[in-house]
Amino acid sequence: MNVPVVTGETTEKHPLEDYLRFDRLPHIWCPGCGLGTVLGAFLRGLLQSGLTPDKVAVVSGIGCTGRSAGYIKLDSFHTTHGRAIAFATGLKLAKPELKVVVFSGDGDLAAIGGNHLIHAGRRNIDLTVLCVNNFNYGMTGGQFGPTTPVAARSTTSRTGNIENPFNMSALAAASGATYVARWTAAQVHQMERSITEALLKRGFSFVEVISPCPTYYGRMNRLPTGLDQMRYYRSNSVVRHGTNPNEVGVGVDGQIVTGKFIDIERPYLPSSGDGNNGG
Amino acid sequence: MSDRDHLEGEHFMSGDDACAEGAISADCRFFAGYPITPATEIAERMSDRLPEVGGTYIQMEDELGSMAAVLGASWGNAKAMTATSGPGFSLMMENIGLGVMLETPCVVVNVQRAGPSTGLPTMVGQGDIMQARWGSHGCYSIIAISPSSAQEVFDMTIKAFNLAERFRLPVLMMMDGAVGHMYEKVVIPPLSEIHLITRRRPDVSPGEYWPYVPDDDLIPPMADTGEGYRFHVTGLTHDERGYPAMNPEAQDKLVRRLVEKVERHRNEIIELEEDGIDDAEVVVCAYGITARVAMIAVERARQAGIRVGMLRLITIWPFPEDKIKRLAGQVKSFVVPEINYGQISLEVERSVAGMSKVVLVPHMGGDVHDPETILEAIRQVVK
Repeated sequence: MNVPVVTGETTEKHPLEDYLRFDRLPHIWCPGCGLGTVLGAFLRGLLQSGLTPDKVAVVSGIGCTGRSAGYIKLDSFHTTHGRAIAFATGLKLAKPELKVVVFSGDGDLAAIGGNHLIHAGRRNIDLTVLCVNNFNYGMTGGQFGPTTPVAARSTTSRTGNIENPFNMSALAAASGATYVARWTAAQVHQMERSITEALLKRGFSFVEVISPCPTYYGRMNRLPTGLDQMRYYRSNSVVRHGTNPNEVGVGVDGQIVTGKFIDIERPYLPSSGDGNNGG
Repeated sequence: MSDRDHLEGEHFMSGDDACAEGAISADCRFFAGYPITPATEIAERMSDRLPEVGGTYIQMEDELGSMAAVLGASWGNAKAMTATSGPGFSLMMENIGLGVMLETPCVVVNVQRAGPSTGLPTMVGQGDIMQARWGSHGCYSIIAISPSSAQEVFDMTIKAFNLAERFRLPVLMMMDGAVGHMYEKVVIPPLSEIHLITRRRPDVSPGEYWPYVPDDDLIPPMADTGEGYRFHVTGLTHDERGYPAMNPEAQDKLVRRLVEKVERHRNEIIELEEDGIDDAEVVVCAYGITARVAMIAVERARQAGIRVGMLRLITIWPFPEDKIKRLAGQVKSFVVPEINYGQISLEVERSVAGMSKVVLVPHMGGDVHDPETILEAIRQVVK
């Protein structure tokens, strides 16, 4: 691979230049955050899919991941907290030829937006949801959320979380999603491939990406840098395609089961229109 | 729409049904909602009618999602609507704010019942008037209409869509349970007589387009999703590019424009009906079903020799303060009956600025006023 030499005069074009809002950089994410990795994987996965980018719309909710829509150079919507899936439902139904992607975080999708997540799965609405799960509310300063493992520390659970968390992949599968995969931010190629598959899937597809938040979740749980968290993922992730998603809960330590858990066919909405433009 | 889909002619229908038919005639092709009395009939009729005309009905999981889906559909180039009542209207406030901020044309119908909270689900109220104006957080202006008859519901639903498309914001149809459930004659005119407005589209190429560069009338052209414009819109305070701009200057510029684009066009928006106010010593100011009840009191007062006028508000927001200010010098008293404990009466008081007496005739809801109560208030102010 050719490594571009930065001279200040380079004519080399960034491979994602047409799909990123360079005029909005630098982004707001912390050093060591996984969101840049996921964003890059999403855009490469999108290009791999062969979909026409002008016919792809991205909808985000609120939070660190919610800012993703603002950096993506496609038609992009930064909406209200928890409502990205509901907004995307209206957009998709009104204009079925669009591929509509929801790009949001675990707090946005599983807490305040949990009702929309499960009902979108139940309807099997033809959307792709990319859920970046960092196990806490990062934007507001690291409070525990619906995915925080039991005993994990946060700024509102200093002595350890006492609530049982949602396993997002199991939640999506139980709701009726036709495609469910989980990867960590350290499994970039697998993540990219899953994103491509999810984008081309008819019906409600869900990709969970477990991602570092060194500023809060990692720092408060003995993995204080992004690199520490990535190393942890590398040593503790196992790939088990087809595993029952009910058996892939994530704890404060121990193994993280990744892979493609669900890939089934089921009638979806909207039943007419070509959701996979040019694919 | 083919003529077969347009129900031209005379009908006997409820206000709720007239609302649905008005929406269909206005080219509304998307409805997202959640069942709630006394607005459910609108959803039921839309679920029948929209598939007939090539539109989409979706029953969402709650009113939070309904309002969000309506905004999404509007950005997908559909004229979109939802209908609800008090408890659902409270939930919709969140995304009505987003609709204001993203400048998203849509229509929100509130068939008002008596509150607070669950209140009297099947019975009339007018207690959401101030909520319509101020219910979502932050500073903005809104447009709200309060029809008094099934025919007016039909006509004003079309107007609501036209205003939403023209000014790029959610327009609120503040019906009430009595008007919604009342059956009356409704005349649906031929399609050729229905004037429709659609959102202004950008006349620049995608590379030159920014989503919030306003025209001279303060309203920015709205690009359609999926047409290559690759725009970004956000509920954060933003600049003309649609990019977040976290500073007081951007906030000042944006919020002033969101307010001014409505306030500057008050004369184009506001619709009123007046009856015998030129030589009146008392003016009754009312809206919705209460205006029809009040008219009985006005007629009886006139029979008793009292010079009383009727000012019926069709548009309630923006409030027609100029009209009231002009009357303030010549009219001794305003009598304001409403099915709440004083909401529009506060606006009348503000507008007359002490130049006339303002008498509220409150009613807590569940039914309409006894006309005799309003007549007594008229008698008292001329004593």
